Amino acid sequence: MSDAVVKKFMFVNRKAPHGTIYALESLEVVLITAAFDQDVSLVFADDGVYQLKKGQQTKGIETKNFSPTYRALEGYDIEKLYVEKESMEARGLSEDDLLVDVTVLSSAEMGKLMAEQDVVLSF
Amino acid sequence: MLHIINKSPLSSGTLESCLRMNAAGDILLTEDAVYAATKGNAFEGKLREAMGRCKVYVLQPDLEARGLADRLIEGVTSVDHGGFVDLTISNNACQSWL
Repeated sequence: MSDAVVKKFMFVNRKAPHGTIYALESLEVVLITAAFDQDVSLVFADDGVYQLKKGQQTKGIETKNFSPTYRALEGYDIEKLYVEKESMEARGLSEDDLLVDVTVLSSAEMGKLMAEQDVVLSF
Repeated sequence: MLHIINKSPLSSGTLESCLRMNAAGDILLTEDAVYAATKGNAFEGKLREAMGRCKVYVLQPDLEARGLADRLIEGVTSVDHGGFVDLTISNNACQSWL
């Protein structure tokens, strides 16, 4: 794989975690992408920020609690996690509320990062 | 009437439409609508305003699933699935907003 082309992949997560299947599906594709040694960035904006909320307990709704998986991303060399500041603040959340270490970007900074990508996948 | 909302207030206009059209009644927030009943979210002011004229309930298992059981706005009543059923019985009609 040494001479393989490495592209910049960005996953844009904008949906809350349990109301739809998008968050879980995104996570599945991210893990697959990691296996191909690509440059992967994850963005959490709008209700997508809720995916990273600490303390999710899904026993009462009888679904899989996939939130601990975000903590395992580091083990797959996926370390570029970005949260849009405006989205986080509109939800009364701070970095301390999140399961993982993230880089908080303003909307403008996020737009700039998006523009640098080769592939953007939206969930 | 019992109004059942299941969409996030910050990504859908459903809850806002419900509040605009209804001056009274019971409102039950389920699934992603529970985010409306959490402290510090941008919809908090509108929900608090509605609480002056409507009784607002939230489905506790959905709040716990989202890691927000400790952020519930005071005055919102949490119910379990049994409480959900009780609300459908005590109201003459239910409207599930899609």
